[in-house]
Amino acid sequence: MSALTLTMKHRLDQRVDMSPLVCHKLAGLTPEQIGAIELQCGKQKIRVDSLFKIQGDDTQNLIIANSFAKLDYIGKELQGGQITIEGDVGAYLGMQMQSGVIHAKDDAGLYAGCEMKEGLLQIDGNAGDFLGAALPGNKQGMKGGRILVKGNVGERAGDHMRRGAILIEGDVGAYCGSRMVAGTIAVMGQCGRYPGYAMRRGTLLFWQAVQAPATFNDCGSHTLAFLPILFSSFGDLNSHFAEPSEVFNRVQRYGGDLAETGRGEILVKLA
Amino acid sequence: MIINGVTIDQTFAEAFPMKATRAIITAQNEKWAMISAQAMTGFATSVIACGCEAGIERVLSPSETPDGRPGVSILIFAMGGKGLAKQLETRAGQCVLTSPTSALFAGIDEGKQIPLGKNLRYFGDGFQISKKINGKRYWRVPVMDGEFLAEATTAQVGAVGGGNFLVLAESQPQALAACEAAIEEMRKIPNVIMPFPGGVVRSGSKVGSKYPALGASTNDAFCPTLKGVTQTDLSPEIESVMEIVIDGLTKEDIDQAMRVGIQAVCDMGAEQGIKRISAGNYGGKLGPFHFHLQEIMA
Repeated sequence: MSALTLTMKHRLDQRVDMSPLVCHKLAGLTPEQIGAIELQCGKQKIRVDSLFKIQGDDTQNLIIANSFAKLDYIGKELQGGQITIEGDVGAYLGMQMQSGVIHAKDDAGLYAGCEMKEGLLQIDGNAGDFLGAALPGNKQGMKGGRILVKGNVGERAGDHMRRGAILIEGDVGAYCGSRMVAGTIAVMGQCGRYPGYAMRRGTLLFWQAVQAPATFNDCGSHTLAFLPILFSSFGDLNSHFAEPSEVFNRVQRYGGDLAETGRGEILVKLA
Repeated sequence: MIINGVTIDQTFAEAFPMKATRAIITAQNEKWAMISAQAMTGFATSVIACGCEAGIERVLSPSETPDGRPGVSILIFAMGGKGLAKQLETRAGQCVLTSPTSALFAGIDEGKQIPLGKNLRYFGDGFQISKKINGKRYWRVPVMDGEFLAEATTAQVGAVGGGNFLVLAESQPQALAACEAAIEEMRKIPNVIMPFPGGVVRSGSKVGSKYPALGASTNDAFCPTLKGVTQTDLSPEIESVMEIVIDGLTKEDIDQAMRVGIQAVCDMGAEQGIKRISAGNYGGKLGPFHFHLQEIMA
């Protein structure tokens, strides 16, 4: 069996809801049946085969080729299987995914991995605001799994995050880990203003120096035994996070946000 | 059966089912991991009065431990799951949590989960931090030397306790030397511990006593000073008997430990005063696992 490949024929003006095209919903369907699925596009519904050229038949290994930034909800509620996207993707990539792997080879839009529950979401390019966050009005963002971004990330990454890990090789915008309930966000690049704003618990781990907000207090430099274990859990990733040279256990610890319950922490790598 | 002049009795050791778990203690260096492990496995020679039987299984190199530091693996055995959980938690709290630079991890993953650091976290008084990494939950408890890191749970498995053999010698020093040689070899076997002091017990017991309050009492048939006044199992030249007790995760583990231990004793031979190998056999009253000496050494 070869991967089920959906190659986009032409680009539309309206955004497309790609949520019906997830591995578990496609299981057992023939290419003809998949072609007949209707996608919401603005006010209209369009058939998959009118938008994509369909090749291959392995529904558990889905490739979306020639993608662009108006394809939303790719991998929504994914339950197993793998989705690979060649080209940019729109908003809500991997929203509420429950298991499996999503690999976006270029940039992703807003709310990637929002309210994700389990699995691996890898973005090779940049990601927009609210990565791994909660949807507006909801109280819990990402609840498990791992998000790896090789590029830069926008603002409010991990907003209301509850559990799991967000790994960012590049820079991250302002309010990283805002209102975080628990979990881990690790950033190798620069961090914007107000990291950990109103965070309750959880860990923000930075490779570069950060300006800790006024509501975080310096707890000193420490050797923390859990860090090597955390790094070893990244060993299976195709990432700088998996490199032994990146492992460290000496950090400067800032506790906060003391305007909230103050049980969170910002850890900054010490040379 | 005679090996190197040592008679192997046609008898068997009786053992009984237990519950067991393994824990891994790490520290800044092997010295402090060992100190913590020795404290945690102290006063754990027999379930008769200690609540559990525990011992050090082996030293672990940094590459074998979860946090990449030197470590020691220990095994704890108890008669039931509740007793095991209570002993594990109490000992971890008093002996590992308190030990400088220590961390505590599960040594067995598969099986019924019992608390390891799950309840010790409350020592953190609300400042404790949970981290779930690769499906395992860890607790970071702030303590005065930094952080105590403990895995939340470890697994309880079925096990076998009370495997044993007796070394009968012409003198006390010869019996002890033979037992020391046996213990040195047996400690190389995984999944077993010899819980008595130095692995050797000189006060082997029989089931029951003339005193109703006691469930066990001295094994008078193997006491050399009673040869003339009780129904003895000793020949006139035997002056000292020592016992090695083995707890293992499986019957096969105990088989292997007994084999290498008895062989080490027999290697010393009759020339060095070792006359017989026997075993604690209580006529089937003690337990369902029978270790026949001659079958093991065949």
